[in-house]
Amino acid sequence: MSKYLRLSGLEPLIITPETNFVNIGERTNVSGSRAFAKMILKGDFESALSVARQQVENGAQVIDVNMDEGMLDGVASMTHFLNLIASEPDISRVPIMIDSSKWEIIEAGLKCLQGKGIVNSISLKDGEEKFIERAKIIKKFGAATVVMAFDESGQADNYERRIEICKRAYDILVDVVKFPAEDIIFDPNILTVATGMEEHNNYAVDFIKATKWIKENLPYAKVSGGVSNISFSFRGNDKVREAMHSAFLYHAIKAGMDMGIVNAGMVEVYDEIPKDLLEYVEDVLLNRKPEATEKLIAYAEQVKGAGKVNERDEAWRNGTVEERLSHALVKGIVEYVEADTEEARLKYPKPLEVIEGPLMAGMNVVGDLFGAGKMFLPQVVKSARVMKKAVAVLTPYIEEEKLASGNTQAQGKILMATVKGDVHDIGKNIVGVVLACNNYEIVDMGVMVAADKILAKAKEINADIIGLSGLITPSLDEMVHVAKEMERLKFDIPLLIGGATTSRIHAAVKIDPCYSGPVVHVLDASRSVPVAGNLISREHRPEYEKTIKQEYAQLREDHKNRKQDKNYITIDEARKNGAKIDWKGYQPPVPKKLGITVFEDFDLATIRENIDWTPFFSTWELRGKYPRIFDDAYVGEEAKKLFVDANLMLDEIIANHSLKAKAVIGLFEANAVGDDIYLENGTVLHQLRQQGQKGEGVSNICLSDFIAPKESGIKDYIGSFAVSAGFELEHLVAKYDADHDDYHSILAKAIADRLAEAFAETMHALIRKEYWGYAENEQLTNEELISEQYDGIRPAPGYPACPDHTEKATLWKLLDVEKNTGISLTESFAMWPASSVSGWYFSHPQSKYFGLGKIYKDQVEDYAKRKGMDLAVIERWLSPVLGYDN
Amino acid sequence: MSLLNTMKNQTHKKSKMKTDIRKLLNERILILDGAMGTMIQRHNLQEADYRGERFKDFHKDIKGNNDLLCLTQPQIIKDIHRKYFEAGSDIVETNTFNAQQVSMEDYDMQHLSREINLEAAKIAREAADEYTALTPDKPRFVAGAIGPMNRTLSLSPDVNKPEFRTVVFDQVKNAYLEQAIALIEGGVDLILIETIFDTLNCKAAIYACMEAFEIMNKELPIMISGTITDASGRTLSGQTIEAFYLSVRHANPISVGINCALGAQQMRPYIEALSNMAECYVSCYPNAGLPNEFGEYDESPAAMGSQVKDFLESGFINIIGGCCGTTPDHIAEIARLAANYQPRPLILIEENN
Repeated sequence: MSKYLRLSGLEPLIITPETNFVNIGERTNVSGSRAFAKMILKGDFESALSVARQQVENGAQVIDVNMDEGMLDGVASMTHFLNLIASEPDISRVPIMIDSSKWEIIEAGLKCLQGKGIVNSISLKDGEEKFIERAKIIKKFGAATVVMAFDESGQADNYERRIEICKRAYDILVDVVKFPAEDIIFDPNILTVATGMEEHNNYAVDFIKATKWIKENLPYAKVSGGVSNISFSFRGNDKVREAMHSAFLYHAIKAGMDMGIVNAGMVEVYDEIPKDLLEYVEDVLLNRKPEATEKLIAYAEQVKGAGKVNERDEAWRNGTVEERLSHALVKGIVEYVEADTEEARLKYPKPLEVIEGPLMAGMNVVGDLFGAGKMFLPQVVKSARVMKKAVAVLTPYIEEEKLASGNTQAQGKILMATVKGDVHDIGKNIVGVVLACNNYEIVDMGVMVAADKILAKAKEINADIIGLSGLITPSLDEMVHVAKEMERLKFDIPLLIGGATTSRIHAAVKIDPCYSGPVVHVLDASRSVPVAGNLISREHRPEYEKTIKQEYAQLREDHKNRKQDKNYITIDEARKNGAKIDWKGYQPPVPKKLGITVFEDFDLATIRENIDWTPFFSTWELRGKYPRIFDDAYVGEEAKKLFVDANLMLDEIIANHSLKAKAVIGLFEANAVGDDIYLENGTVLHQLRQQGQKGEGVSNICLSDFIAPKESGIKDYIGSFAVSAGFELEHLVAKYDADHDDYHSILAKAIADRLAEAFAETMHALIRKEYWGYAENEQLTNEELISEQYDGIRPAPGYPACPDHTEKATLWKLLDVEKNTGISLTESFAMWPASSVSGWYFSHPQSKYFGLGKIYKDQVEDYAKRKGMDLAVIERWLSPVLGYDN
Repeated sequence: MSLLNTMKNQTHKKSKMKTDIRKLLNERILILDGAMGTMIQRHNLQEADYRGERFKDFHKDIKGNNDLLCLTQPQIIKDIHRKYFEAGSDIVETNTFNAQQVSMEDYDMQHLSREINLEAAKIAREAADEYTALTPDKPRFVAGAIGPMNRTLSLSPDVNKPEFRTVVFDQVKNAYLEQAIALIEGGVDLILIETIFDTLNCKAAIYACMEAFEIMNKELPIMISGTITDASGRTLSGQTIEAFYLSVRHANPISVGINCALGAQQMRPYIEALSNMAECYVSCYPNAGLPNEFGEYDESPAAMGSQVKDFLESGFINIIGGCCGTTPDHIAEIARLAANYQPRPLILIEENN
């Protein structure tokens, strides 16, 4: 009997040298299939099961299951889905591949498999120790495993790195872990070719060479990979993609590739690929000719049939006015739009028909492409800019018409506002733009809008939908208030909820029960369109409304049930289990400069050096870590363009001094008294302590644990700060708004936010190195700063470690922030300008960031007493963290 | 590498037992014991007997908790072991089929599971040592029995909620871990994971054994025995016997086999399949036929013997015994027959790809 890879579901799957290539079904993957992701997100497991069944019926010999999606509880979804599969013999007859980048999801999956499945994947990315530990666990579960060609310094992207990493991983697995060699499956990274970047040209060749090397040098090991990656640059052109997949497989299998994750429907028969296409494709895959990519792209355009013109040439100017407008909208080109619109106005009988005709047709194309993931948010916003400019040309004529003929109807009116007490509006503006692109009339009331104003306006304009936005936690309460008011005033129009701290579960548990009309949480701009569409449509609304109401009722029910098995301990027990810091013999660093220091007009060029770009891209719904995002096959190009635009704007801002950065910091003598921190000037900072049941050796932390207790007799210190980079942002934005340029308007706000964060980082470094001076010799790169590789923390009131926003009032008094900088607080304790950051400084080397988690009545009562506040009032401020119903 | 060398190597690496059971397995067919429950029934024990002095005021009826008898009627259990050794068994199983926290919950006796396993192992150990002393050329072994548990990880009890489970993996694994540690501490020679109708429960037991070996710094051979429930040829959780074997192979078991549910006759095709593919020794302990209309297993020793003889002749078997309904008489008959046949030879793994 040979050492074959032997897997099992309900039936065995033995992979021998005679076995043909093993197809691993790829459709049950939330990150690879939008359709599947939608089903899982909706909780439609019936349909999800039928996807799995279809794959097995279509010949998948293993199915890959992946639940890596930000909105999902991956562990729960994996468990749920695999348990369901277990009850479907026609699916579970094949082995399962558990696919996740999160170890806890993999482990959860392993706990559901009675057969011998495959883990996908582990790698040396997090070092040998983790690698060995995980391999040992997989061995105890008796699964095979995919090993990615990835190590501590990153992904292998050439031949040498691939074989070096695979060899190293193999030796560790076989010699140290005693992992069965036949259960090791290498994935030497199938990366995208034909991206236009020269260094990517050899990716396919390197993979194939590495495969051959592995099969010759690492006995019994297998080779697998995700095949569709290879052709990512040809998204949307299935003919070319299918040809690439089959040609690639043809060569890779010859080199020894045993199995692969493929969509069986997306592989052309090698021999049926047209000879000319095959030659172009193989030139690219085998990197045979320097101009191979260009040639294949040219061919691709041709087989698409569209004969799409290159953006660079101006041939599109020769089209009809309708074609030109559509092109300008899709490509976001503003140069000619005014002239073209004017031309169209003269051609059409009525100016409104230009909007309803060619312009809307163009925007529909944009909407469809965005919906299909073929356009990205920055592009859509640029398209909207073109649209607005065109509409601006037409508006005077339309007004004239209206006077003559009476009123007109848009598809639907959506009233949007950031709620009272909150000043954040980037997300709301993006949603507004995207909805406007889809032919909704948007009435945007701006920021800090009180409930009565919103509702009066809604009546006045006869709004079809109200959309509320907010970023800070107190806004959640304000949204509940708006919903209650809508109920009282007998509204029945839909209420949409969005913004960073909002969530589906909050909308379901707290907002939905207050309002009998539809309440829908909208995760991001791209999801706002279908939601609005369903709610406006006379035909779909009743059904949709019913579904959402039921879904939210179910969520509430689940939430209620979940709450009952939450484990927590009393505040007294939690205090006994505080962070273990040995104060004996510890000498807190003495600040070089005690008291308050004010920074007027800090140098923006210095701040710019510390920008963390990753969140900037995520504002624009481009997911990926900077700078690797630029290599991303999907969003890389768009990210690059956006990055260039942002830096151009930054250059301009710095040159023209069009934003101003101000800050105030303070350092004070302080000691901890219980859970509070007492400053020598009499100020008391009230803190909260974690109350979750912790495992052995894990503490229930409170920020005050990081300050020496009064009874230790040790003199300790605490710092605080407030910084802003948003002064004069309104002037900058006003300029763009006047020009109907949403793209630059949103860009400016996003940049100001990043500058504020970078400013906080800059100031923290200054504190460590100079003002407090406990790390004078610290030398960190920006990456190290971003990953917080230094001693000390700067937690912000209102955020996870200290979620009580009202503590900002104390901070403001302590540093006299408003007088010293001009940053003010709203009634919800949002900072104005919005691009501001404030918080506390802790210096102790053991201090760390943490999330408070849920807290309970015993602590909240005590906290209210300590703060001298009414219990009901503090419960309202703390409602997002309360572990009980108040 | 020759067959003999391979075995020597294995022997060398694995053995920590006084007499290496692998050596014996290469020489002859080893005999397992028969049913424990059937033998206990003969004593016609009443509630008071189950309770003994210690549990006389226990708040719940405990009649039927056979594993508890290790604490309340140790003499009866030990006598049953003795009877099987007398009949010719080389290996007896501890009386611990249900002795883990999850199953013991039925009697509110979770807290006793460790103690029951410890005592059960000691009782069987003493009986085995007694007989080894009497016939030193025929050493006797104790297998710590780990049963399937009364709850299952792969099946939902609610047809309308197929994703629902009454237990989770960690619960099952932890219950087995406590059991395995106690059995090892009590002095068993082998672990026998048996009557497996859900492979995932078995995998949790394997995981628990591996953890127990690490904790105790002592590795025992694991025997694995699944149950094919009916003529479909599948386990209750739906696996074919081949898939079952591939799913538990990582335990590196000393033997795999089939027990319970079927009589020897119905078991034949599955024992044959297992015998053709298993890279370890093969075990088999059928019921005394299928239950009659009163639910009793009534195949006579002679009838069962003639079925078993076919397996022996075919060279399928390394370890044989009996499950439900079998008695020392059945075992004596099986032992008499087995002495005439060669054990099944081990399959070698080729070292080429």
